[in-house]
Amino acid sequence: MTVRTAELLMGLALAILSAYFMWKSAELPIMWVPEVGPGGGSWPFWLSAAMFGSCIWILINWVRRIGPVANNEEPFFEPGLFAPVAYVAGALLICVALIEGIGVGGFKGIGFYGSLPLFLIFYIRFMGKHSWVATIAAAITIPVVTFLFFELMLNITLPKGMTEPLFLKIFALYYGL
Amino acid sequence: MFEILGLLVQGFGVALQPFNLMLIILGCGVGLFIGAMPGLGSVNGVAILLPLTFLVPPDGAIIFLAAIYYGAMYGGAVSSILLGIPGASTAVATTFDGRPLAKQGLADKALTTAALASFVGGTISVILFTFFAPPLAHVALTFGAPEEFSLMMLAFATFVGLGGDDIAKTIFSICIGLVLAAVGLDIMSGAPRLIFGDLPGFMHGINFLVLAIGIYGIGEMLWTVEENARAGGKSMLSEANMTWERTKKNVSEFTGTWKITSLSSVLGYFVGILPAAGATPGSLMAYGIAKQMVKNPEKFGKGAIEGVAAPEAANNAASTGSMLPMLTLGIPGSPTTAILLGGMVIWGLEPGPRLFSSNPDFVWGLIASLYAANVFALILNVLLIPAFIWVLKLPFTILAPIILTLCLVGGYAPTQDMHDLWLMLVFGIVGYLLRKLDYPVAPAVLAIVLGPLAEPSLRQSLLISGGDPMIFFNRPYSGPIMVVALILLFMPAFFMAYRLIRGGRPGNATSGV
Repeated sequence: MTVRTAELLMGLALAILSAYFMWKSAELPIMWVPEVGPGGGSWPFWLSAAMFGSCIWILINWVRRIGPVANNEEPFFEPGLFAPVAYVAGALLICVALIEGIGVGGFKGIGFYGSLPLFLIFYIRFMGKHSWVATIAAAITIPVVTFLFFELMLNITLPKGMTEPLFLKIFALYYGL
Repeated sequence: MFEILGLLVQGFGVALQPFNLMLIILGCGVGLFIGAMPGLGSVNGVAILLPLTFLVPPDGAIIFLAAIYYGAMYGGAVSSILLGIPGASTAVATTFDGRPLAKQGLADKALTTAALASFVGGTISVILFTFFAPPLAHVALTFGAPEEFSLMMLAFATFVGLGGDDIAKTIFSICIGLVLAAVGLDIMSGAPRLIFGDLPGFMHGINFLVLAIGIYGIGEMLWTVEENARAGGKSMLSEANMTWERTKKNVSEFTGTWKITSLSSVLGYFVGILPAAGATPGSLMAYGIAKQMVKNPEKFGKGAIEGVAAPEAANNAASTGSMLPMLTLGIPGSPTTAILLGGMVIWGLEPGPRLFSSNPDFVWGLIASLYAANVFALILNVLLIPAFIWVLKLPFTILAPIILTLCLVGGYAPTQDMHDLWLMLVFGIVGYLLRKLDYPVAPAVLAIVLGPLAEPSLRQSLLISGGDPMIFFNRPYSGPIMVVALILLFMPAFFMAYRLIRGGRPGNATSGV
């Protein structure tokens, strides 16, 4: 896929998104409501309309080959550069999906502290090709530091899924001291 | 005058409390490291670390973030010089002469010059800031809803008129940011609005941090992953050789650039005040002007210390300049200050001119902390150079997962809702793809912060006038602001028409006004 093709596809996708935003905003009044002023949907509706308009403008520029992106026939991803980006993006998506599950089959997720080490092992060992010793050290240290810093120091509780009971004991110990 | 000095002394009383002082030093250190990492700048640092500050009092929180902002502006030069990769877009101009100096084995000279110039730029601009802010806030106190809306129009119009990006894409970026800010409940009727796919997670609206961390955390990391893969993961680190004797010589050489450094500082400060401009164009302009001013401009690009001093002084001055409209008008001057502004709302402060009268401790504490942050950033910058070199030697594949971990926690913390974590990933991936196609992303972040302020001011103004838009034009302050905004908004169209009349190709007008 060339940059030029990607520009077209993105322009079309954003135009559809804008149209969806317009339709969704129109659930509330979009024009002047007597005694109330502008309706609740007017602000997002007319802005979405402007989004739609700018998408049309982008597409016209594409057809008329105006601007550097619309003329760029180079590949959107240079050879060998798509895979690393896709791996990282995919690993992040899987990592988040594992935290609380996505509502399939009653799977409650392995929590932040279950999925983060898996993500770290994938990244450091398979993307970075570091030794297993370094990988395991990082996969243990980073979640432990995160836990100490965020949960104990800053009281920000991260989702724990099915690992919850384990942490109740740690908290009981910590707050019992 | 004496009143201002009195308030400033009071501010130092806040800034120099042991806890706040510790936050300044910590913030400068963290900022320096974030700035020094290739690809990460002040905006990334502030976006990723803002959720950490919810548990300290607001004045401590903003002092910490402002110190990160400053530290990152100092640190940006480090990777520009040692790696030849700008630490952030604001440090692009520093690579032009900083990198050649490093290649000649004079990395220490470039680093010392950058640190000192940053200090001069920061200090001059804070002094300007101290004396400009109170009068501006005083005028701004008379502002009502129409003036507020006109100011926001001006902020968005500067992106269209002066941003230099594709106009259609800039408008798209602004509008999508404003629409995303409108998700949740309609502020007047309380009716649910834009609940996409009827997902309950949209009911509480979209927190600006979800977008900011998505774009500047996740999106930026994906971008850097690609850059890193292109470079084959190789590091081109230059060694810096620092001794006492060499440092003394470097400092005395730097003092020879005082004229260029101080001029760049003043220039950077005023460019920084403009919403769309900020530190990147400020530093590039300063570089260009410095080249005009020196006796031997042919040395530029080959390792002239003026070429390091000018952009570094300007980018630090601009970062202070961009805080002026944030504090006095409630309009951020840069993406970083947009995030700071969003933070102030979370901390329960109302940004805008009333801050000066309602929370003087907060405002003057912040201003005083900028003076202190400058001093500590300079000291830490010089002391930590060996540590930077060590961190820059760490492979990217170790740094990246650590930063991504911070992004995940940062995206979850503000609302504690998994829905937002998903949204952040979507914003990050889409933001990365948009950036590859030259869509500017900064206007969207600015818009999602300003959206919740812009919509009520528009609706209130129209209610006052009974639906007549002339209310924006026939008030003493609102009128001129709105006229300037409209001129900026239509400036690219004028240029296009002008070129068409002269028979030029229309294609040039849309890409680089």
